[in-house]
Amino acid sequence: MEAGTLSNPALRARRNLTDRIGDPLLRGLSGLAAALAVVVIVGIIYEVIHLAWPAIQEFGLGFVTTNDWNPVAKRFGAAPFLYGTVVTSFIALLFAAPLSIAISLYLTELAPRRIMRPVATLVDMLAAIPTVILGLWGILVLGPFMRDTIEPALHSVLGFLPIFDGDPSAFGYLTAALILTIMVTPIITSVTREVFETVPGDLKEASYALGATRWEMVRQVVLPYSRPGIVGATILGLGRAIGEAIAVAQVIGGANLINASLFHTGGTLAAQIASQFQNSAGLQKASLAYLGLILLVFAVVVNVVARVIVQRGQIGDADAEDLDIAAPATRAQPV
Amino acid sequence: MSADQHALLLDRGNLKRRNRFNKAVEVVSTVAAVLAVAVLVIVVGSVFLKGVGALSLHFLTTPTALFGESGGGISNAIVGSAIIVAIASVIAIPIGILIAIYTTEFAPPSIAHPVRFVLDILNGVPTIITGIFVFGLLVEGNHQSGFAASVALAIVMLPIVARTAQEVLTLVPSTLKEAANALGIAPWRSTVRITIPTAAGGLITGSLLAVARVAGETAPIILLSSIVSQGVLTDPGEPLASIPYFIFQSSESPSATAHTEAWAAALVLIAFVLVLNVVARAFYARSRKRMGA
Repeated sequence: MEAGTLSNPALRARRNLTDRIGDPLLRGLSGLAAALAVVVIVGIIYEVIHLAWPAIQEFGLGFVTTNDWNPVAKRFGAAPFLYGTVVTSFIALLFAAPLSIAISLYLTELAPRRIMRPVATLVDMLAAIPTVILGLWGILVLGPFMRDTIEPALHSVLGFLPIFDGDPSAFGYLTAALILTIMVTPIITSVTREVFETVPGDLKEASYALGATRWEMVRQVVLPYSRPGIVGATILGLGRAIGEAIAVAQVIGGANLINASLFHTGGTLAAQIASQFQNSAGLQKASLAYLGLILLVFAVVVNVVARVIVQRGQIGDADAEDLDIAAPATRAQPV
Repeated sequence: MSADQHALLLDRGNLKRRNRFNKAVEVVSTVAAVLAVAVLVIVVGSVFLKGVGALSLHFLTTPTALFGESGGGISNAIVGSAIIVAIASVIAIPIGILIAIYTTEFAPPSIAHPVRFVLDILNGVPTIITGIFVFGLLVEGNHQSGFAASVALAIVMLPIVARTAQEVLTLVPSTLKEAANALGIAPWRSTVRITIPTAAGGLITGSLLAVARVAGETAPIILLSSIVSQGVLTDPGEPLASIPYFIFQSSESPSATAHTEAWAAALVLIAFVLVLNVVARAFYARSRKRMGA
């Protein structure tokens, strides 16, 4: 890589012209491209704040806690959509995280090789389905099924809880949460599966040798070893869930107020922007951009936290200490 | 207590319970995997069964009908999507690969690491926010356009292309690069003539996956290219129709005909995306084999 700094003038003269231009050119161009990525992220932050500025001046931080969205009275607040975002994402992760762990366990510990590959590919394919198609499916297939079967059943058994109170409907928090579950499960699974695959075989064998059943081995070795990866993957899934605009806008029904019942229609930050931005102006548009700013802050924080956790898990490898098992170096080495 | 001495021999009482619990967990895991595959089959199956009836040559070659009329198709949406995605690819793929080249070939770790971090953050930015950004950049004070949608999709593609390209470029055997260095070949020449051709399969994979990802992207298009005139339009300076927006609009309509058309358009889109994914995987497998990874 030191060819660019040849010190001998005779040698330097022999380098032809294209090389003298080519090296700095490629270095410069590629450096410029990298700088562009930084410019884009800074530009995104600047532009969202810029568009939201009138609303930020008008409402200040009180915007976050105002439970109102009234274009006629020009009163806007983020609370209904913050609530919707948190509730739908939380329910989605509540389903998706255990499901992803179970799928990854099946793929890494149980499935025969020739089944494991195709199943893993199919689960990845689930992540490739465009969200607008999931939304379409949510409106026309899942929604009616929720209204006619799932929600009446939940209501009759658990109706005394406020979250399962009210009339079943095709659109609402619960339907949106299930669509998000379908979206984020393959994303979480692909990370947890990779993490499970990195669990050292000798640790597993040690556990088996002590008489553990497969589940006991998983609980005592695989899960503790993979904990940072599982947490990081779940937070990555959270990032996708809070940012999804289209599929949620299609199935959540678009209400502007907080509602305790999960069957009720609601809104999320991203869905509200998607459904109102193009037909809004003035303070309403600025308020939508303000929702966008809150969403952006969420997304950046969530992603930074997830990366840090996953990376620390990979580099630090602190889990071996947690397990209280001596490093593999003490293992008998073949000579 | 004397029973303690025989605990190991006698205490087999919980073995049954442990085995039963183990079995239960195995069943739950298997059911979870079956469930995930079942959801895929149900969603793709719904799209296929409900869409295939409305799919015809007429549907694919006729522009969308006027509001309230039936018998329209999606030729304008197919053309619009193709133009929007093509322009986005032309912007994002070269820049993404250049970023990867910079971080793997030129930049010291103190710069390469932050750049990677920025790409990860960019990848985590919700696409609706990217839409707001491009709206403020190109549409506000101006008007919607297919080009604005392309720019937004390019921003969505950029981190996907760059991150996969980085992964593939680091897989290129360093012996090849060292051999080039030993022969006195200039770094740019060895990058262009040796590193990139060796990694070509993986670079194509990343690009195809990025195309598959944005082909169905709807959120930015709603803000940037949704107020569309009739007929097949090809000027990216004007708003263009697109398949995802057609599906979104038809899905929100109460009419059953619109729903059938939405399923048919969804079938076209899902077929495109899944085929692209399969092809991308094939390229990746071949590329890894070639680099001995």
